[in-house]
Amino acid sequence: MDNQEHKNEHEHHITPYSTYVYVWLGLIALTSITVTIAGISLGDYTLAVALLIAAVKSYLVINIFMHIKYEELIFKVFLILSGLTLLVIFALTFFDFTYR
Amino acid sequence: MSHNEQAVESHGHVHRDDVGAKMGMWLFLFTELLLFGGMFLIYAVYRFQYPEQFHFAGMELNTTIGTINTIILLTSSLTVALSITALQKGNKFLSIIMLTITIGFALFFMVNKYFEWSAKVSHGIYPGSEEMLNKQNGEILFFGLYYVMTGLHGLHVLIGIVLLTFILVMIIKDKIISTDLVKLENSGLYWHLVDLIWIFLFPLFYLIQ
Repeated sequence: MDNQEHKNEHEHHITPYSTYVYVWLGLIALTSITVTIAGISLGDYTLAVALLIAAVKSYLVINIFMHIKYEELIFKVFLILSGLTLLVIFALTFFDFTYR
Repeated sequence: MSHNEQAVESHGHVHRDDVGAKMGMWLFLFTELLLFGGMFLIYAVYRFQYPEQFHFAGMELNTTIGTINTIILLTSSLTVALSITALQKGNKFLSIIMLTITIGFALFFMVNKYFEWSAKVSHGIYPGSEEMLNKQNGEILFFGLYYVMTGLHGLHVLIGIVLLTFILVMIIKDKIISTDLVKLENSGLYWHLVDLIWIFLFPLFYLIQ
């Protein structure tokens, strides 16, 4: 079993054409939603909604297009670590900015 | 190790480490993430400091051109992904077609960028212009960040065009084949990163209504 998995890994997981097309349709749909929402005034939530949609789009691109879903665990660890690093930098800067 | 034997058996005397190659690419992408992350940080801080002025300056940007460029980049991400699947399945012809379309979209993106920037410049909005210097601080910062961030992103698109063209030639010359395509995959990763950065640039600059 382990051997089999290793073999598959070595041979690469092949993502079907259809998966990519579905993800692309999703990305286009999310783009139209974010453009439409930008025209509606949601007050303070406008930015939050726009960033949330951008986050969902990145999740799709990273997982499917960039194949992270099918990579070894270490790739996911690296990704989460670098994402957290960026988050910490943002949090610390805003802490400094707010209480200066 | 069976891993090594397998590599030796199927690829003659050449030893490859595709996982290592991909990991190297991802490490590079993380440095890119921090490069752009720093700029997004500057954007975030100044947007909180000058919300009205950012809003006002953002109205000047062309949402239509921004939306078109978003769709172009998303679709080019699709075609480069399809190009990889095609080559993995041994369909060299389709892979070449898809990669060519990707490069075409990238050029299309840059043409739009050219028209967008020339329209701004002809309105006197460019770093250091007299019109800019008469604006409020927040607006100057907004347009400064707009030029630096979309400019650096545009530079990445240009590099992507060169990179993908090299990859295309290598596929045509059978230097990249269905059993040895990590170069294509890594270039695809780079191209998706360019798309990823745009996914955030688009709402932050073009969708401030």
